[in-house]
Amino acid sequence: MSENQVIENQPIITAKDFKSDQEVRWCPGCGDHAILNAIQRALPELGYKKENFAFISGIGCSSRFPYYMNTYGFHGIHGRASAIASGVKVANPKLSVWQITGDGDALAIGGNHFIHAIRRNIDVNIILFNNEIYGLTKGQYSPTSKFGAVTKTSPYGTVEHPFHPGELVIGAQGKFFARSIDGNLKLSQEIFIEASRHDGTSVVEILQNCVIYNDKTHAALMDKEHKEDRTIILKHGEPMVFGKNNDKGLVLDTKNLKLKVVQLGDEYTEKDLLVHNAEEANPGIHLMLANMRYPEYPVAFGVIRKVKDQTYDKAVKAQVDDVRSKSKFKCMDDLLRSGTTWEVK
Amino acid sequence: MSKRANAIERKNAVIRFSGDSGDGMQLTGTLFSDTSAFIGNDLSTFPDYPSEIRAPQGTIGGVSGFQVHVGQTQIKTPGDYADILVAMNPAALRANAKWVKEGGTIIIDEDSFDEKGIQKAGYKTNDPILEDKLDRFNIIKAPISSLTKEALKDLGIDPKSILRSKNMFALGMVYWIFDRPLEYTEKYFEKKFAKKPLVIEANKLVLHAGYNYAETVEHMAPSYKVSPADIDKGTYRNISGNIATAWGFIAAAEKANLELFCGSYPITPATEILQELSARKDMGVKSFQAEDEIAGICTSIGASFAGDLAVTTTSGPGLALKGEAIGLAVMTELPLVIVDVQRGGPSTGLPTKPEQSDLMQALYGRNGESPVAVIAASTPSNCFHYAFQAAKIAVEHMTPVILLTDGFIANGSEPWKIPAMAEYPEIKVPRVKEGTQNWNPYARDVEKLARTWAVPGTKGLEHRIGGLEKDELKGSVSHDPVNHEKMVKIREEKVQRIANFIPELKVEGKQNGDILVVGWGGTYGHLATAVAELNEAGKDIGLAHFNYIKPLPRNVREVFAKFKRIVVCEINLGQFADYLRMNLPEFKYLQYNKVQGLPFTVVELKAHFEKLMEE
Repeated sequence: MSENQVIENQPIITAKDFKSDQEVRWCPGCGDHAILNAIQRALPELGYKKENFAFISGIGCSSRFPYYMNTYGFHGIHGRASAIASGVKVANPKLSVWQITGDGDALAIGGNHFIHAIRRNIDVNIILFNNEIYGLTKGQYSPTSKFGAVTKTSPYGTVEHPFHPGELVIGAQGKFFARSIDGNLKLSQEIFIEASRHDGTSVVEILQNCVIYNDKTHAALMDKEHKEDRTIILKHGEPMVFGKNNDKGLVLDTKNLKLKVVQLGDEYTEKDLLVHNAEEANPGIHLMLANMRYPEYPVAFGVIRKVKDQTYDKAVKAQVDDVRSKSKFKCMDDLLRSGTTWEVK
Repeated sequence: MSKRANAIERKNAVIRFSGDSGDGMQLTGTLFSDTSAFIGNDLSTFPDYPSEIRAPQGTIGGVSGFQVHVGQTQIKTPGDYADILVAMNPAALRANAKWVKEGGTIIIDEDSFDEKGIQKAGYKTNDPILEDKLDRFNIIKAPISSLTKEALKDLGIDPKSILRSKNMFALGMVYWIFDRPLEYTEKYFEKKFAKKPLVIEANKLVLHAGYNYAETVEHMAPSYKVSPADIDKGTYRNISGNIATAWGFIAAAEKANLELFCGSYPITPATEILQELSARKDMGVKSFQAEDEIAGICTSIGASFAGDLAVTTTSGPGLALKGEAIGLAVMTELPLVIVDVQRGGPSTGLPTKPEQSDLMQALYGRNGESPVAVIAASTPSNCFHYAFQAAKIAVEHMTPVILLTDGFIANGSEPWKIPAMAEYPEIKVPRVKEGTQNWNPYARDVEKLARTWAVPGTKGLEHRIGGLEKDELKGSVSHDPVNHEKMVKIREEKVQRIANFIPELKVEGKQNGDILVVGWGGTYGHLATAVAELNEAGKDIGLAHFNYIKPLPRNVREVFAKFKRIVVCEINLGQFADYLRMNLPEFKYLQYNKVQGLPFTVVELKAHFEKLMEE
C-alpha cells in the first residue's frame, strides 16, 4: 500500500466496477468463485484508483483470476508469478500489486520465487488458493496434499510430507500471514483489506475446495454444527477464545513449550488465555498458531502475523533516489566522459 | 623517453603478462595498455583467467594472463602470438610458452624457479627451459622477487606486501623495452593510494627498479619502438564489451525517456554487466539480483509490463533456463532485451572461454513458433552500439530481442572514441496515452506490426495479457484455430519486418570475386585482420560480417551472388552456416570451424584462406 494510491473526490467505485467482461469459467461449486467475490468487494474499500491495481498470476485454476478482474492483469507462466509481480512492483511502487496463486504454482514449481519474494519483503499481496490438489491437470497430488493422499499420481497414497504454507512463510522471514476459507466471505474480505494495507509481502492462505478432484478436503472446518469448535478466528489484542459457546481457549503449556486447548470453567478463565499479538516480531507463537491442525487443535483463521519492517521496493527506490541525487553524472554524456580519457589530436 | 639508436621499429607488438592469479597480472596488463593508449597507440586487450578463483598457488590451474596488442596501425585483435611473455612463476611459463612467437622474448622471475615451484608446475626435470625446448627463445632470467625485496628494504613494510608489488618490477622492465614513460602509471598510484603514501612510494620504487634493471641488462633485452597510430581525432577511453553493453542500455533508456530495469542472476562471463548496472544507480538504474535465471527474466517481464525498459543478462546455461519466459515475452509482445554472453558449452562447459555455440538456441530454443530478433555485437566497443540498437528494436517493435556477445569481446577491451549522445537516434516509445478511446491491446502499427504499450496506472486502459493465445485484436484469450494460425504468422512477420529498419550488409575488402569470408559476432577482429592482410598481398577476398542475424539484412542475396565461393567461419560446428543454408539455399557454403574455447588466430585463418585459393 502507498499514500499516493488514495483517491480524493472521485466517483465511488463498487465491486461491480472490478468485474471484467470475461465469462467466469471455473467449475460450478468451485471455491474460487467465492474468493473472487470477496476480493471484488474488498477492493473498493481500499480507496485506491482502479487503474493502480495490477493482478499477476501463474498457471493453474486460480491463475485464471486476472481475466475476471477489470484491472491491469498479467497471466504468467507456471510458478513465476512472484517474480513477475516483484518486477511490476519495483518498476512502479505506486501500484497495488496482487499475486493470485495456488498450492502447486506457489509451493512446487514456484517455491523458490515464493520464498525469496517473502524474504525481500516486497510489497505484494499474495493470495494462495490451497485446495491440496492439482485441479487444472485433473487430479494429481500437490505439495500440500495430506500424507497418504490417494490421487491419480499416488494411487497407493503419497509417501511425502506436505508443506504447511504458514510454516514456510514464517521460515522465510514472512512478516504477514493470514488464513481464511473460501466459504467465509466476510472474513476473507476483511483479511484482504488488512493484507493490502500492510506494507510488505502479505501472504493470505485461503483454504479452498476443489469440487471435482478433492471435494470436501476442508469440509470438517465448514461443517455447520462443528466449525466453531474446530476453528479459531484470531483477533489482534483479544484472548484466544473459540467454540460454539465461546467455552474453549488456548494457553501456552510452558512445560512442553506448546499450545494447549483448555475448557473454560473452574480451572481456566478467560484471563488465563493467551492474548493474540499479531505484531510481535518474534515468530514463536505465530508459528505454533499457524501450525495448529484439526483434530488436535482448532485451525487458526484471521491475521496470524503482521509485523512492520522495511520493504524491498521502497528501499530500492530510496537507494536509487539517494545515489542519483548525489551523482556527478547528470546524463549519459557525463558517464561516457568519466574516468580516464585521452585526446587524439 | 630517451632516443635509442638500436631500437627495432615495429608496426605492432604483442605482450603477454602471466603469473599466479594472485600476482596482479590483470592490473599490470591494464597499466601497460593505458600508458600505450595515452601515447597514441591503437590496441586491443584480452584477459585470460582461470575459472577457479584461487586455484592452488603455483599450479597451472591458477595461472592468470593478460595479453595486449599495441600498434601504430589499426589493431583489431589482442594478437595471436606474443613478442614478449612475462612469466612470474614456472606454472605461468608452462601454460603460456606455446603462445610466444618464434624468436620472441620470455622474461621469468628466476627466484620462483626453485625445486618446489618447478615441481608444482608439473615439470618432470628441474630445467623447464630445456625440458620444453625453450632455448630457441630469448630468455631473460631476472631475479624479480629478490630485487623487489632489495628495492624496498628500507621502507619498513611487511614481507607479504613487498612481494605483492613484484608485478610492478616486471612492468618496469617492459616499459623500458618499449621505451614508455612511467608517469601515467605513477599518477595511477598517486590516485589509487591517495591515503597510503607508503604504498605509493613502494610501487614507484619497484617500478623504477624494474626499469633500471632492464637498462642494465640491455644486452639481453630487446628494445622496440611502436610509434603512435594514425587514428581518428577525438576523445578516447578504454572500454570492455561488458561495460559497453551495460552503458548501451543506459544510453537507450535516456533516449527513450524510460527507466532502466535489469533483473539478472550472476553467471560467468556475463556477471560484469549486472555489476556495472548495479553500480549505475547513480544513473537511476534499477537492478534486481534475482534468486535464479528464471526470476531474472520474469522480474524483467514484470517491469516491462509496468512500463520500464527491461533487460536481463546471462550466458548459455542461463538462456536455456529463460527459454519459457522468452516465449511469454513473445506472446505478450512486450519489449525486452536478453543478453547472452556466450561461453563454451554444453552444460557448464568452459565457463571462462568464448564460443559461438548458442546461435541456434537463441534463434529456436523455445517451445512453439517463438520468433525473436537476434543481433550480435562484434567488438568490445561496439557492444555499446548493439545494446543500444537491441533496446531500440525491442521498444519500437514491441518484441523480445536477444543480443549475443561472447566471453572474448565481453572481457576484451580496446580504446573507444567516445560518442556524443546527440549523434544517436531517438527511440520512439509506442506508449498509449491516457484518454485514448476504443483502444485494443493487440491493434498494430501497419508498417512494423508492433502493438502499442499501455502501462498500469494509466486511467481507462485496464487490460489483461498473458501466455495464452490472444485474440488478434482484443488480446483476450482465444482458442480459435484460425486466429491461432494468423497470430503465429503475425508474430513471425513482425520480426521479419525489422529488416526494413536495419542497415544493409556491407563487404570489407574486395567487393566481388573469388572468396567471400562470412562471419558473425565476436570473430570480427580476426577475420577482418586476416582478410585485410590478404588484400594487402593482392588476394581476391572480401569479408561480410553479420551483426543482424534475425532478421537478416535485406541485401544478403545480392552480396553473396558477387562471389564465387563463400566460406562461413565460426567458433562452433557451423550453426550460422546451417541457418544460411536454410534461408538462402541457392548458395553453397564452405565452412571453417574451430571449437577449442579459443578465438581464431589470424595466422590459421590466413593459412586456410590461402589454401582455399590454391584449390
